[in-house]
Amino acid sequence: MSSTPASTSNSEAPATGTARVKRGMAEQLKGGVIMDVVTPEEAKIAEDAGAVAVMALERVPADIRKDGGVARMSDPDMIDGIISAVSIPVMAKSRIGHFVEAQVLQSLGVDYIDESEVLTPADEVNHSDKWSFTTPFVCGATNLGEALRRIAEGAAMIRSKGEAGTGNVVEAVRHLRQIKGEIARLRGLDNHELYAAAKELRAPYELVQEIAATGKLPVVLFSAGGVATPADAALMRQLGAEGVFVGSGIFKSGDPAKRAAAIVKATTFYDDPKVIADVSRDLGEAMVGINCDTLPESERYAQRGW
Amino acid sequence: MSSPTSASAPSAAPAPADDVPVIGVLALQGDVREHLAALAAAGAPARSVRRPEELAEVAGLVIPGGESTTMSKLAVIFGLLEPLRERVRAGMPVYGTCAGMIMVADKILDGRDDQETVGGIDMIVRRNAFGRQNESFEAGIDVKGIDGGPVEGVFIRAPWVESVGAAAEVLATFDGHTVAVRQDHVLATSFHPELTGDHRVHALFVEMVRQSLRG
Repeated sequence: MSSTPASTSNSEAPATGTARVKRGMAEQLKGGVIMDVVTPEEAKIAEDAGAVAVMALERVPADIRKDGGVARMSDPDMIDGIISAVSIPVMAKSRIGHFVEAQVLQSLGVDYIDESEVLTPADEVNHSDKWSFTTPFVCGATNLGEALRRIAEGAAMIRSKGEAGTGNVVEAVRHLRQIKGEIARLRGLDNHELYAAAKELRAPYELVQEIAATGKLPVVLFSAGGVATPADAALMRQLGAEGVFVGSGIFKSGDPAKRAAAIVKATTFYDDPKVIADVSRDLGEAMVGINCDTLPESERYAQRGW
Repeated sequence: MSSPTSASAPSAAPAPADDVPVIGVLALQGDVREHLAALAAAGAPARSVRRPEELAEVAGLVIPGGESTTMSKLAVIFGLLEPLRERVRAGMPVYGTCAGMIMVADKILDGRDDQETVGGIDMIVRRNAFGRQNESFEAGIDVKGIDGGPVEGVFIRAPWVESVGAAAEVLATFDGHTVAVRQDHVLATSFHPELTGDHRVHALFVEMVRQSLRG
């Protein structure tokens, strides 16, 4: 935007990167599906299927699990390629606390940065200061306190973490129920109790008070980590997620285009079992999946971040 | 921390209860809840619309912000596009914000090749014309027909109007680009009044619906 608009109609200089603009962007994604893609071709398939945005990354979480090693921000060429392949918003992941990767992603013009536990953390104490960026951030959370700490750092969108790359929805359910349950509990507290609640949640009192008053996070809440079927997506919506991220679940399945379209439809008609049944027919193989209780501690991504 | 939706701008007075039209918000995808709340604040409690039979029950419709390619695709798949076009042709008032503006445009630029719109305003709208998210902004916008100072304009990967036909009236511009248009019973803005506490554009739309009911 030009900082000196010529028109007589506008009455103030435009302000970019405001909380309202950052959080408002996530509001526009509600009711939608954000899909992990690793190539421009996959990004096209996602857009064709009705994704509201794509997450550009080098390897989907299932492959990060398989390959091991340090997982980092994607190659800028690969992100550029995906940005030019589609017209929908493009997100990309930085490592937790790796604010230089985030600076690079902002300079590439991505629409949202996911400071993600799926990549190997760069800082085991601090997350990035997200207020200092124009590009908005989405962060994962396993409980309300974690969500509020991320919002206090400037996150403009929260996703429940789940356990990425497993194709198993059990952790996504656990984390979303945890967040919703803790919000419901705050609703029942009186003003005297909110100070101690803030201390227990290890979250700023002002945010705790706001949630007790409104009954919802001040930013959009999506669900992530383990969604593999249309019914999984609808389940997360019925549990209160405002939309879903699908990672390995689409492009690690037998027929990605068909499954992607089916998950989009089930996310919109999440409360209509007839639609969900209809779109679930003949989808081919779902991703194989991993039982989360067999995962060693070191391979549980949800525990990264604090 | 202040909520992004809190604002001190004047809001519309609630309407008398005996003259409340039933307004719908297209709920295939997007910021539906914010429009439901803004319409309620403007005196017209609204309901969400995802099916043709729900569309048949409303006297006016808001098409929200969201991802226009997703909305368009779902409208086609779930059999809403033709009923929407018929209702708009028959005179149902419609208000589109951002993606909704794209949906009520007769022609679009920078859309997908297969992207369908409902139409209703003889205009050409360019998708994401103001840029990507890093260029998203807020600014005060003077809107013709809305008193009380500029409207709080929140523009998110926003479209603008490249040109309008003779029947369409430009209501607001920003930086030389048309950002609000009305043609008869159809209203469109590039920006998102539903993300602010300023409900005057919604009040204008509620009044359009009331007038259409009076015939």
